[in-house]
Amino acid sequence: MIFKKFNIENKKARDLIPQAITVLALLSVIIYFATNAQINMGNRGISFGFGFLNQEASFDITFSMIEYDGSHSYGRAFLVGLLNTILVSVIGIFFATIMGVIVGISRLSDNYLIAKVAEWYVEIFRNIPLILQIFFWYFAALRALPLPENGISFYDISFLTIKGWYVPKFIWTNFNIFLLSVIAAFIAIYFITSYATKQREQFGKQIPTTIISLATLILIPLITFLFLGVSLTFEYPVLKQLSPTVFTYAGGVSIIPELIALALALSMYTATFIAENVRAGILGVGKGQKEAAASIGLNKNQILKLVVMPQALRIIIPPTTNQYLNLTKNSSLAAAIAYPDIVLVFAGTALMQTGRAIEIISITMLTYLTLSISISIFMNWYNKKMAIKEK
Amino acid sequence: MIKSIKTWILVGFASLLLVACGQGGGGAGSKKSKTLDNTKKAGFVKCGVSQGLPGFSNADEAGNWTGIDVDVCRAVAAAVLGDADKVKYTPLSAKERFTALTSGEIDVLARNTTWTLSRDADIGLTFVGVNFYDGQGFMVRKNSGINSVNDFRNGISACTNTGTTTELNMRDFFNSKNISYEPIAFEKADEVVAAYDAGRCDTYTTDKSGLAAQRTKMSNPDEHKVLPETISKEPLGPVVRQGDAVWEDIVRWSLNTMIEAEEYGVNSSNASSLKDSENPAIKRLVGSEGELGAAFGLDNDWSLRIIEQVGNYGESYKKHIADTGILPNRGPNQLWTKGGILYVPPAR
Repeated sequence: MIFKKFNIENKKARDLIPQAITVLALLSVIIYFATNAQINMGNRGISFGFGFLNQEASFDITFSMIEYDGSHSYGRAFLVGLLNTILVSVIGIFFATIMGVIVGISRLSDNYLIAKVAEWYVEIFRNIPLILQIFFWYFAALRALPLPENGISFYDISFLTIKGWYVPKFIWTNFNIFLLSVIAAFIAIYFITSYATKQREQFGKQIPTTIISLATLILIPLITFLFLGVSLTFEYPVLKQLSPTVFTYAGGVSIIPELIALALALSMYTATFIAENVRAGILGVGKGQKEAAASIGLNKNQILKLVVMPQALRIIIPPTTNQYLNLTKNSSLAAAIAYPDIVLVFAGTALMQTGRAIEIISITMLTYLTLSISISIFMNWYNKKMAIKEK
Repeated sequence: MIKSIKTWILVGFASLLLVACGQGGGGAGSKKSKTLDNTKKAGFVKCGVSQGLPGFSNADEAGNWTGIDVDVCRAVAAAVLGDADKVKYTPLSAKERFTALTSGEIDVLARNTTWTLSRDADIGLTFVGVNFYDGQGFMVRKNSGINSVNDFRNGISACTNTGTTTELNMRDFFNSKNISYEPIAFEKADEVVAAYDAGRCDTYTTDKSGLAAQRTKMSNPDEHKVLPETISKEPLGPVVRQGDAVWEDIVRWSLNTMIEAEEYGVNSSNASSLKDSENPAIKRLVGSEGELGAAFGLDNDWSLRIIEQVGNYGESYKKHIADTGILPNRGPNQLWTKGGILYVPPAR
């Protein structure tokens, strides 16, 4: 219509012009906002720049996986927050997946009780706002846990208290050799499995790869302990008195209650959605597939493992990727319960101390974008690997 | 074809956005006060307050805000609009407060905010004065056996708010004492109180006025005490955006008027009867001498309205902080003539 009017008949031009105009319009919007922000900031005496990242942060953080104290830079504080976000996301994704699969399969169980419990779990936990669940686990757990002097003891080497879960600290000698041996074990397992696959495909021989792999994973590192001077000792947490009624534990590693509550809330919440994906996936596999598998003599476990699951995974993976992304982004609610993630540490304290709102929020958004895209890329690769291969 | 229609819709939407944005934006900083004009046009003062700190800015069940910080905004409203009640309050977290001010969402920030060099100079803000001299302290449980900061030992856990000077002072303090500590920083004060109350941390640190106010929220306030030491200077005061000198003056002198009124014994009940006072300083305060309001484009009764509708600083302190049992003793927040450090430049 409009093209005819302007007499643009060339198909290439017709396709290109609207797109070019869109890009130009978008660019001008962005440039307009940027210049406007710049003028406004200039008028109010605010400068723009990233030099602050090298300045001394001068605030401390409760929980850090790398060495950090207030004398480090804001850039380092950013890294601490980022690692903490990744940590809680990885823990959350791990447990959410396990629980999701178990609950999803349970919902299809023939056992009435199991199926009903799974159904109630899903309906309750997916319908309550996540932030309330986080508060619930944090404050309920805080109120329920004992003070350090009455901590719940696990064989006197680990203690669960209101101030955290104190576990023994691993003290390694020659850790590098141990790490290399684990890598070597994984490489060996890779070759064993590919050899086993070849044997099965060419000669129909079944090699019990699971047991062999497990043995390799234990045996190779064990050798380093026996012959290559690797050793491991533990530093146990010990009760320490700070004042007549104030106690804490010294030594060992403290897993802070904020991390426990957040990981618990995130995985309980996300597991409900994953469970529904799993249920949908299993129900999506044709009945004939199971009957065919049964007719060639596979037992119930084999049917699930060899026939149903590989096909169900194709349905399960894409929506589950969304849940992984959601979980990672939801972990930003951490700030409410003082878990030092990137939002609390960087977009919170660092933003306040420096006043660099635009710079810090841009960096934080870019970080979440990068995290999400990385998860997407990985899951897309996994999805492709699991997809039907036409032969 | 469908694809190209979509594209055209997008283009249309983008240009619409452009037009819409063209009307907003623009900078402050002309010689006349844009903020004053906007405030008069809107009919209310846009005031940023805390999310609930008894004595400073706290809302009751009916949503009425009270406190000495709130009174600063009420004073500005009385001076500018003639009615102290014409204030729109925006509760802000420590993190949000400066952005809300620099972006123009609020025009006065009266939210127990510490005046520091970097805040004043670096991020487009101007502090106009001090309405409460405070200092950071520590709260502990009475039965803890901790009677002074010298009783703190390695491994103590301390709860506080994020995004405050408190976090920095705490580190300076523990470092100078060579004590290792566990800092637990929450976004909102209510969560700090809940976590400390549950026993997650051994001590709660913030401004002493804040400690006194939050103690009233504990499940059993009598079980807690504030340690005697003060580890920092925390001059709390109202803040405005940089670049509007007239508005800055209005807020500054609204606060100063309240303090000066107390100094000269002018209060909400006697102000109008003092129009014929023999003291020229009092006459200037109640607007019967001089043309002081003209300097910021206000009438001459602006200061009288502040005193009549809001009261002087002493009345405000008594009503919100002393009578509520938060800090009955005025300490440094007493007039300079009575042994405190409240001292404002003369209004003349």
